[in-house]
Amino acid sequence: MQKVFGYPRALTSKRTHYCPGCTHGIVHRLVAEAIDDLGIQEQTIGIAPVGCAVLAYEYFDVDFQEAAHGRAPAVATGIKRVHPDAVVFSYQGDGDLASIGTAEIVHAAARGENITVIFINNTVYGMTGGQMAPTTLPGQKTTTSPYGRDTTKVGFPIRVSEMLATLDGPSYIERVSVHDPKHIIKAGRAIRKAFEMQIAGKGFSLVEVLSTCPTNWGLTPIKALERLKEQMIPYYPLGVFRSPEEVAEE
Amino acid sequence: MERVMMKGNEALAEGAIRAGCRFFFGYPITPQNEIPEYMARRMPEVNGVFLQAESEVSAINMIYGAGGAGGRALTSSSSPGISLKQEGISYLAGAQVPCVIVNVARGGPGLGGLGPSQSDYFQATKGGGHGDYHLIVYAPGTAQEMVDLIGLAFDKAEEYRNPVMILSDAIMGQMMEPVVLPEMREVTADQPWATTGKKGRAKPNVINSLGIVGEDLERINIELQEKYKKIVDNEIRYEADGIDDADLIVVAYGTTSRVARSALNMLRAEGKKVGLLRPITLWPFPKPILSELAAEGKRFLVVEMSVGQLVEDVILAVNDRAKVDFFGKLNGSVPTVREVYNEINALLQKGGA
Repeated sequence: MQKVFGYPRALTSKRTHYCPGCTHGIVHRLVAEAIDDLGIQEQTIGIAPVGCAVLAYEYFDVDFQEAAHGRAPAVATGIKRVHPDAVVFSYQGDGDLASIGTAEIVHAAARGENITVIFINNTVYGMTGGQMAPTTLPGQKTTTSPYGRDTTKVGFPIRVSEMLATLDGPSYIERVSVHDPKHIIKAGRAIRKAFEMQIAGKGFSLVEVLSTCPTNWGLTPIKALERLKEQMIPYYPLGVFRSPEEVAEE
Repeated sequence: MERVMMKGNEALAEGAIRAGCRFFFGYPITPQNEIPEYMARRMPEVNGVFLQAESEVSAINMIYGAGGAGGRALTSSSSPGISLKQEGISYLAGAQVPCVIVNVARGGPGLGGLGPSQSDYFQATKGGGHGDYHLIVYAPGTAQEMVDLIGLAFDKAEEYRNPVMILSDAIMGQMMEPVVLPEMREVTADQPWATTGKKGRAKPNVINSLGIVGEDLERINIELQEKYKKIVDNEIRYEADGIDDADLIVVAYGTTSRVARSALNMLRAEGKKVGLLRPITLWPFPKPILSELAAEGKRFLVVEMSVGQLVEDVILAVNDRAKVDFFGKLNGSVPTVREVYNEINALLQKGGA
């Protein structure tokens, strides 16, 4: 009898520390499934961020380096230049990638560095306790925007995928969501495609995953998924912002 | 063996290549630009990687990636840039990633100047970033030592899994001298702890400095301190010149050791009993020899291009058993041979402690 569903080989059996309803677990699984599908577990090297996914190296059964806050794309660059045949991915949150690490992500993308970035956008700093992120929506209350994000004082959220898509370096950029099974399946396909781009040597690929943080949003897991769908997607539209076809045309 | 005239910075760069360094990540800053420029030309010839990073911060994190992946990785900068690298250096030390960092020091604080300086001594030898850690720090005194010490630096970095710093300065980097270059060494990026992809290993390799669970962090720090003790016990290097019969010993490294040597040669020609102790490792510091000499009743003069940083380690080593005088020049100025000569003469005339 053919086995059609099981625990991904690229995940360890360690129980995660993520909060109930947090979507990190889903995204970890999608990344691991892509690694399994492509048969690249033995040649994959991950870079863990500072933030909730700081312990990702305990959950993935692949080689890992833990980076300083925001520096994962630079660390990934160093690794990839030593092992060009390895599959190198960073896994970063929005504070890490879109605030303290803007220089690193922009220049890794501009160089067309042949790495894959999994970017978790949940509009908040999770690990440190719910502070305002560069992706926090206008009006959104956080511990450092207790009256709601006032765009006249602190400016506007950054749409990372659109911004990076203006560069010539990236081969593939897509924004996906994990708020329902249909979108989770689509997100899995995007992550797999991003790895395929790297394996084919096409250069920088990034998948932005709209995610939830029920704990710091102060919502139940189900309400959090609804907020993602109803409030985040209108501001952060899903779609492909850079595709291999576009690369081929150039 | 080839004997060639080279600038200190270029001698260091070629020395690194011949020691098997194949990964250079850096950012432009004066007075170290000859190093990245040399690497940009040279690395493609040896199938190595030269990459100009977007910042010093990125360069040191590329080093963290490359060193963690098992490559012989080098970055170079000058004082303000080295300050920017401190975050990464702390992570490199914490995660025990071997690499070599070159500081072609210039005067500070702040933007400072472009001239030579020794005012980064504290930053280099006492850690520099956050946490309890040490780099092995070599201070070359000639272009030849640039070549010799960069080779040694890579070997020691890997032997101890520890970042190593070469503390040079604007004069040492820019000065031309004849050097004998060693043969090219073949080095593989094959370390059992490195991130390479599991490649059949039962457990993944993880490069990490996090210790938040239970007593992990204490265990990490105990391990680091045990390693540092081994380094202190085995890796001290210094040059002693004419110290046996000396009443007064000058302690100086790098550029100021050269100035001091010229002054000391003049004084010895006059029959004065003076000697030179030149630390080659600034960390581990040559404390035992200084302690011994102090016990023998020698007195010391520390000559530095700073307001007094090395002198603090000399005072600690001597521990009140001998007199320690200090002659320093503020950043932006280099002591002349005549000034050092006069200083020593004045001390000799004043007599003992």
